[in-house]
Amino acid sequence: MLPPNFVATCKRHRVVLSIAFLIVFPLLMPFKAIAVNILIYGLFALGFNLMFGTLGLLSFGHAALFGAGAYACGIAIVHFGAPWWAGILGGTLGGMAIAALIGALAIRTRGIYFAMVTLALSQCVYFLAYQATAWTGGENGLRGVELSRIAAFGHSINFVDPLTRYYVVAFFVALALFILSRILASPFGAVLEAVRENEARARACGYDVRATRFMAFVISGGFCGLAGALQALHLSIVPIETLYYQTSGLVVMMALLGGMGTFFGPFVGAGVFLLLENLVSLWTVHWQLFVGAAFVACVLFFPRGIWGTLLMGRAK
Amino acid sequence: MTDVILRTEAVGKNFGKFRALGGVSASFPRGALTSIIGPNGAGKSTYFNLISGAFAPSSGKIVFEGRDITGTAQHHYAKLGIAKSFQITTVFPQITTLENVRIAVQALVSRYNVWRPRAAMAELVETAGALLNTVGLWDRRERIAGTLAHGEQRALEIAMALASRPRLLLLDEPTAGMSPEETRSMMDLIVKLAGERTVILVEHKMKLVMGISDRLLVLHHGELLAEGTPDEIRRDETVKRVYLGQREH
Repeated sequence: MLPPNFVATCKRHRVVLSIAFLIVFPLLMPFKAIAVNILIYGLFALGFNLMFGTLGLLSFGHAALFGAGAYACGIAIVHFGAPWWAGILGGTLGGMAIAALIGALAIRTRGIYFAMVTLALSQCVYFLAYQATAWTGGENGLRGVELSRIAAFGHSINFVDPLTRYYVVAFFVALALFILSRILASPFGAVLEAVRENEARARACGYDVRATRFMAFVISGGFCGLAGALQALHLSIVPIETLYYQTSGLVVMMALLGGMGTFFGPFVGAGVFLLLENLVSLWTVHWQLFVGAAFVACVLFFPRGIWGTLLMGRAK
Repeated sequence: MTDVILRTEAVGKNFGKFRALGGVSASFPRGALTSIIGPNGAGKSTYFNLISGAFAPSSGKIVFEGRDITGTAQHHYAKLGIAKSFQITTVFPQITTLENVRIAVQALVSRYNVWRPRAAMAELVETAGALLNTVGLWDRRERIAGTLAHGEQRALEIAMALASRPRLLLLDEPTAGMSPEETRSMMDLIVKLAGERTVILVEHKMKLVMGISDRLLVLHHGELLAEGTPDEIRRDETVKRVYLGQREH
């Protein structure tokens, strides 16, 4: 659809273009908070897509990884008075730890069973958080993850200012994108493709399919955990809904909407979803009707998703 | 006594109550091309799946180069020095032909490196290219593997099997579903490969392997019926009765 030489030029300068985009992005959005949300959910969807698009496993439990990151970050700051960066680190590690737990049990299964096992285990995490009120605030959510100023490289940064907050979040998202693109381009990235394409052959080549899946799940947990931690800092609260299964469904929708077969697709999906939600809800409370219709249309007529369809010209 | 690369000691396999293979003991001499033949349902594929590690035997023992490998996980076989091609074509369909082989070559070098760019590992691409040359697919290297002709995909699979530099190559009906020309070039390739390593071949069509095999194993109803050189098998009365008596198709 796009002229191929234009696409080729963009591809060559993709790093510069991505950074430039991240810098101007909040200025294009109706409110800065949407831009932050899109970055956070975009990162979440990218982490999810490592399992879904790259490895071919549909997880219905990624809310647990996202929520684990959010709660780990929140608990570190609220209960232990940790600095903001430790909260982010803790969130990332928290996401990986929960992923290791869920992954150890779930990677034995495939297809619909994998979706069901991850869903069930993530619901266990939800109910644990619901009960452990002393740590998590239970159904009221974990309140008080408040940061007004954060210290970085000897400067004190005003975290309340929306634009500044956006750039702090954007820094971590950009870092995560860089790491993820390295992983996908690495030998391990090739193994993920191999396992997705043909498990039996991957095994015959000498790859341990289970270990590969487990590792991918833990890495996915790291990205989702980071997204959750950023979410906790952004909202100043961790709502219990973060862990609810609707969050798992949301990220599946975002990835499908944008295109699971592409690197940026899930990000685009998160953006379109959140923009639709915010703009349509300005004039009707039934915004879900429109977002749902857009989703159905996309699945029926553009199975490659929005970004995947735009990139189709390149594949030809 | 000749050097034995692989030996099975009374290996059997049950699927539930059904005994698919009932205790087959056989030795495979190093450097030889041995074909396993037998009519449909003779247990050839089951036997192949046991020696290639697709599943563990219900009874008996498998010994490779003097080492008991019974029940070893499939993904360790490449490291052991055993590679296989499947009866049903098994490649990575949405990846280029060259990348298919490159991934197979990579398995020996790097499995969990998440940081180094694959593009920096040029030696793997080189090895993969050489393997494509061996099986005659160099011209097809940029093609998506799923779009190759059936015969080409089977050849690609053999290139991928060779990537682990196996001392023992196992082929399960490599000419299944092939046209006569494809079959001929595949048989030429197998003869070429057998010159450099031990090959065990499972084949349904006896005629095809009579001319090229050093040794034959005949399975029937899950039992080893006969073994020997092609001439001995041709003369064997029981084999004639159960197998050669049937009409070839």
